This record gives sequence, structure tokens and C-alpha cells, in this order.
Amino acid sequence: MAEKKIRVLVAKPGLDGHDRGAKVIARALRDAGMEVIYTGLRQTPEMIAEAALQEDVDAVGLSILSGAHMALVPRVLELLRANGQDNVRVFVGGIIPDEDVSKLITAGVAGIYGPGSPTQKIIDDIRAAVHPA
Amino acid sequence: MDLVSSVLAGDRLGLARLLSEVESGSQAGTQALNQLFPHTGKAQLIGVTGAPGTGKSSLVNQLALHYRRPPQGEPRRVAILAVDPSSPFTGGAVLGDRIRMRELSGDQGVFIRSMASRGSLGGLAAASAGAAQAFDAAGYDIILIETVGSGQSEVEIAKLAHTTLVVDVPGLGDDVQAIKAGILEIADILVLNKADRPGVESAERALQGMLKLGHPTKRIMHHGRVEELHSADSEQAHREEWIPPIRRTVALEGKGIVELAEAIEGHRQFLQRSGEWQGRERARLQNEVELLLQSELMATWRRGLSPGQYEAVLDALMARQQSPRQAVAALLNGRVKR
Repeated sequence: MAEKKIRVLVAKPGLDGHDRGAKVIARALRDAGMEVIYTGLRQTPEMIAEAALQEDVDAVGLSILSGAHMALVPRVLELLRANGQDNVRVFVGGIIPDEDVSKLITAGVAGIYGPGSPTQKIIDDIRAAVHPA
Repeated sequence: MDLVSSVLAGDRLGLARLLSEVESGSQAGTQALNQLFPHTGKAQLIGVTGAPGTGKSSLVNQLALHYRRPPQGEPRRVAILAVDPSSPFTGGAVLGDRIRMRELSGDQGVFIRSMASRGSLGGLAAASAGAAQAFDAAGYDIILIETVGSGQSEVEIAKLAHTTLVVDVPGLGDDVQAIKAGILEIADILVLNKADRPGVESAERALQGMLKLGHPTKRIMHHGRVEELHSADSEQAHREEWIPPIRRTVALEGKGIVELAEAIEGHRQFLQRSGEWQGRERARLQNEVELLLQSELMATWRRGLSPGQYEAVLDALMARQQSPRQAVAALLNGRVKR
């Protein structure tokens, strides 16, 4: 009767109050046929990990513009692992300096997207990460 | 650990995975639900429905907070199933009900699951009943089910929940809206949310007028057949009638929630006193079986079709050689008119 849909949590950790980018991504993923759980602004890493667990998502998209990514992203990764969700792929969008990109990738982030990234690339990357060919 | 034992042991990731299996209609999910079914029947299912923007998510949030910190008695374990619509074109969905429920995060006694309707009509998803059983088996006492923001015919929730709240707000419509059949008729409790807004008096009058026009004592719950919701041996049910109370709330400020929870408890006691609880359980399970039976019959029938048969019938329809009713007759007889 049904099939397995890709489920993605889109969250904005930290204190910046601007979620237009996150909403654009949420809508693009919806239009790509995914189920997007949108949690809104000012989420703590604990809230994000808890939502990822309850919703049994395949991927988490974090939108961060505040510069706090080096604190927030590793914490989310750590909590996901602690909950047994090692299989959940984490993507980060926002303004991330080049020197931090490689550090975050090493920490286990599956993809990082700056301003102007084509949404189709993000969609393709999520699909590939969730269902490796 | 397998799905069933991890759910029974209270493992949250196990429950989350079971819900995904149930949603995808997988064999694993079906088998797990079969094994868990004897552990169900303990939870109280509360449905929350109403037009988009009436504040259903905020109300669910407040009710959950209330059940977690009741003025008296033990905290109850609360599961929330929040259904939002899927796109009819892409099958995708944005599920945003958690936005209003951030106060519940960090509480191990609360489990929130968002669910896309995936093409089901009636305000729920096909897997909603199965998900409610999973929560029930996992030991949640209260299951709050928030429907898709509904119009006038999203009444499936009344077949799933023990108690159905219909949420209205001031200024949505005149008193003719209130007497139309459908959504208001399924209400066990009417909630007038955003009651700090102008127009609350006239909105309440309109709802009250609708109630006075007569609340059906016997409900036509299924395919137009009248179904008695009380068991035959309960004489009391004939004497006592439930008139849906109207409760004013301001969900964002938490106002009126205690009174609303009291009304819900009052309804639960009424159901048990009158014997209607058993009747509703029976109607609920009957409804679930019929839905499953329908989809199973359809699937079995499709498997029995020879390749190309269905397309041939559609071609004959397009060429106006057959009417849709003739096409159905031909398909059921296994014959195609050429």
C-alpha cells in the first residue's frame, strides 16, 4: 500500500532568528517528494537529536548563520550517535568558512552548502546519501 | 533485540522504527503490530480536529503539558500523532506541527511523531490506526491525534478516537456554517480557541444554537448505516445523553486548559458509565478491519488481473465503448469488451 519515503528533519540550531533559507530548503525537499519535519527556530542540539529519534529520520539538515557551527554541529553528531542513530546523515547549510568545512566533514557531516547552492544538488546529495547506489 | 520486545521494553528508537515500518506498510511492521495487539486497549485516544489555523497544535501542546503536570494525581505518559497533508503531486510534505510543541522537548514521558497523510482523505493517514496501536502497546496512557487542518468532511478521526475535540475560533463563519452536517456533528467537545478575540460571544451562540437543534443520539458512522454506539445491555445509555460542552481556550497562553481537560475526563467517565466505551471500541475496531479489508481486497484483485487487462478496459472507456459501470462489471467478471 505504501512505500518508504525519505524523511528529513530541517532544524535551525542556535540563536539566529532568520529561517528563510531553511524554509526554502524545506519546500524544495517537499517538492522532491520527501517528507520534511520542520521544527522552527532556536533549537538546541538536544531538541534536534530528540526530534530526529522520534521521527526516525534518514537525514538532518541544519541551517546555521550565527557562526556557532563548530560548537553546535559536532554536538548534534555526538547526540545522534549516542541515541544509536549513526545511520542518520547530517547536512549543514549556511555561512561556513572554508577552514571549518574540512573539519566538519572529518567530524562526519555528509555535505555543506553555502549561499547560492543549487537546491537540486542538495536533493541529489540527500538521495545518494540515504540510498547509496 | 527485535522490534516487538524493544517497543515493549520502552525503547524509544525501537518505537520510532516500528512507526516507520507501520507507515511503509511493510511485512515487518504488520507482524510486529500483530504481536503487539494483545498489549493494546489501555490508552485513551483523544482526537483534535478543526480548520487550518484554529490552533490545534498549540492546544495539543497545552493538553500534553497538562497531562504531564496535572494539578492532582500522577503524570500520564503522552504520545502525540500529528498528521499533516502530503502534496498530491509530488507525494512530499512539510510537517510543521512540532514548531508549536517545543515546550515538550526533553521530556521522556512524551513522544511526538509527525505523519504525512500520503493521499488518504478524511484528515488522517492510512497508518494512523496502526501508529496509535504502537503507542498504546508502548505504554502511553494518553494518545493525542491531531488531524490535517480540516474542512467540513474530515470526520475519520471520530472513528479512531474515544473523544473527539473540534476546534473553532471566532470569526470563521456564520451560524449556517455551524448547522451544516459533518465536522461539528462529530464533536464530543467543542473548543472555542483564541477566545480572547472579538466575536467570541456570537461564535459561542452559533455553536450553542447548533447543539440545541439536536445532537444526534445515534450516529451514522459508517457508509450511511446507523450504528448503535452503545452495547445492547446498557439500559443507562438510553437514559443518559452526552451533550457536547463548549470550552473556551486561549491555547497560546494556556488559558482554559484545565477546564478542557476536565471536560475530556467527564466524557471518558460518561463513556464508561453508559457502556458506550465498549461500543466505541467495537466501532473503532470494526472500522479498522473494514479499511484493511478494502485495501487487501483491492490488492488481491489487482494481483489476479492479467497483464494489460486494466489498460484495455481504460482504452475501451476512453473510446466510449463502455461506461465506467460496465468497465467495473467487466473487470470483476474478468472479461474485457473489445
